[in-house]
Amino acid sequence: MIWKKTIIVFLGMAMLILPFSEWATVQPVQGFSNQVIQKGAVGDDVIELQSRLQYLGFYKGKIDGVFGWGTYWAVRNFQSEFGLEIDGLVGQNVKDKLVKASKYDEGYVKEQIRQGNEFTYYGGVPKEQQTKQTQQKTQQQKAAKQQPQEQTAVNVPSGYSQNDIQLMANAVYGEARGEPYVGQVAVAAVILNRVSSASFPNSVSGVIFEPRAFTAVSDGQIWLTPNEQAKEAVLDAINGWDPSGQALYYFNPNTATSSWIWSRPQIKQIGKHIFCK
Amino acid sequence: MLRTIIIIILSLTTVGSAVWGYKENQDKNAVLIQAENSYQRAFHDLTYNIDLLNDKIGSTLAMNSRKSLSPQLAEIWKITSEANTDVGQLPLTLLPFNKTEEFLFDVGDFAYRTAVRDLEKKPLSEKEVEVLKTLHKQSGEIRNELRKVQNVVLKDNLRWMDVQLALATNDEVGDNTIINGFKTVEKSVDGYTQSTMEAGMGNRGPEKSFRYLKGDKVSEEEVKKIASNWLEKVDPSKLTITKSGKGADVPTYTASFQSGEKNGYIDLTEKGGHPLTLMISRPLKDAEISLHEASNKAVKYLGGLEVEGLELIESNQYDKLGVFRFVYTKDGVRYYPDSIVVKVALDNGEVLGLSAREYYNYHNDRGLNDPEISEEEAKTKVNPQLKIQENYLAVIENDLKEQVLCYEFLTTMDNTTYRIFINASNGDEEKIETLKEAEVKFNKDV
Repeated sequence: MIWKKTIIVFLGMAMLILPFSEWATVQPVQGFSNQVIQKGAVGDDVIELQSRLQYLGFYKGKIDGVFGWGTYWAVRNFQSEFGLEIDGLVGQNVKDKLVKASKYDEGYVKEQIRQGNEFTYYGGVPKEQQTKQTQQKTQQQKAAKQQPQEQTAVNVPSGYSQNDIQLMANAVYGEARGEPYVGQVAVAAVILNRVSSASFPNSVSGVIFEPRAFTAVSDGQIWLTPNEQAKEAVLDAINGWDPSGQALYYFNPNTATSSWIWSRPQIKQIGKHIFCK
Repeated sequence: MLRTIIIIILSLTTVGSAVWGYKENQDKNAVLIQAENSYQRAFHDLTYNIDLLNDKIGSTLAMNSRKSLSPQLAEIWKITSEANTDVGQLPLTLLPFNKTEEFLFDVGDFAYRTAVRDLEKKPLSEKEVEVLKTLHKQSGEIRNELRKVQNVVLKDNLRWMDVQLALATNDEVGDNTIINGFKTVEKSVDGYTQSTMEAGMGNRGPEKSFRYLKGDKVSEEEVKKIASNWLEKVDPSKLTITKSGKGADVPTYTASFQSGEKNGYIDLTEKGGHPLTLMISRPLKDAEISLHEASNKAVKYLGGLEVEGLELIESNQYDKLGVFRFVYTKDGVRYYPDSIVVKVALDNGEVLGLSAREYYNYHNDRGLNDPEISEEEAKTKVNPQLKIQENYLAVIENDLKEQVLCYEFLTTMDNTTYRIFINASNGDEEKIETLKEAEVKFNKDV
């Protein structure tokens, strides 16, 4: 009697669980979201796009989730080969053709990215031959568990590296962390104006570390950890925003000790800083 | 008994702290000497380089053969760049020393331009020889002054750390021999600026920026109205308006507002009330809309600018923001200097920034000559190893700050993309850019 009961309970539990496991194995057939993808975009759609293009042999670069020039030319070649309008935009038409022509093993690609492996995804080549595992695999695996999956590269404005941006963000944060956002962009713009000026060093690090140029550098505040806002301000300045009006100097009128700085033609005041030529 | 123990403990601590203090002091001195030495090195390097510069310019004047002239000029260019680096390592930022730095830059610029020129075909002109003579005289003066300072520094064992100290504590930068010496150097350069400017050297005359601005002067009331229009119809009474000072390239009004976590800022020209810089800052949520959708929003937004013929040439996604660069196009020609940048939040598609400074600075109705060479001819000027993918006609600003009409070619070699500009009237390669691919994330684990 007891056996019967247990069996029934077990069966019931199994029936409860089975449908769920069934769902989990069902793969979505259509992976792309319905957004149009264009050059400069990042994210999962781009990973899928690059994988599918590589599967077909159009894309030979790294699958990194950033729609750069390599992906752009691959899309255009694909469009010309498949008789589509050649514009480098990935709309519904292109996606349909891509999905029809190629296979996309999302699990495999995402797994490789998550593990930080070097890999390719050409069609007709066994997958084992397409990966090269990196040494710090176990480490990265551990780290990967805590973070959402995302692309392995980022867009950076031409001429700058993420590290340059980080260094500038450090300087901006040290110099102007109490200032309004615009004031931070203006400080970043002053650094860039100095780089392009004849009377200052011509690199970002040269300008920032010029002796006595920035108080935050002299007193070590530059080594505080900057927040996201400072980084955003630096990106804006690099992308062309200059609320300072081409200023080369700025100073805080309450603490400025040099009389010379007051003699410079002033442009405007933003927050606590006066910006001048 | 107790007393002896206390005495022993106390004397031990005294000896201990004395030893510790001595060590600390020694460490501090070591660091100070280190800093002092690097200043000294930069200073002596500078004097040496200026000396060398003067010599080289002198021998250029005496030179006759074109063959040795180009390398000599290239050498001068190199020395000026080194001298400029030396200046950048000295604590002179808040000292009036910028004229000397500009002088060095100008010498370098002049030397570079003449060095890369084909001197067989286009030898030095009378005027350029004149310029060289003035430069020789000027650099001679700077050299003498610097050598004098150097002499005093060596004789009296002057320290740069004292300069640093004098600059940091004293607002009337007064009685420091080194500082005074550098002031004299600066004065000797002062006269130079005008004399060589007349000789046609130096490309930084008084900049004529924003000379093509159209429209009438706007009043402060009008500014409020225009600004509120741009800043999401914020109540005009909430706007703070300020006017730019006399250092500005172009007189502007600045309007800003703050409401809750959102703040806005806009620069409007006094003449015509055109927006130069617009920024709205607020906390961003995760990206919801695609870059393409955002670019459409940007295009729509620019409709309010009363500017015709803007073409989207570059779009980039930075995390939760989309940044789009537009250039002015007319009759199939892209005008790269006339650019406008728009920033769109990807959480709800709101436009968060506009930078039209470049556009209003450069935009005008240029009278362009038709291209003198054909597209086919221009293609033959491109390195044959490159595969040409796209081509346009474009106007760019070249090294000499002139605006030139070019054929623009987007080309690829292996996995790299290059943008190449071929001058449309003489077929010169004006500019070659390597277009940047995305950068691998370094701190993936963070």
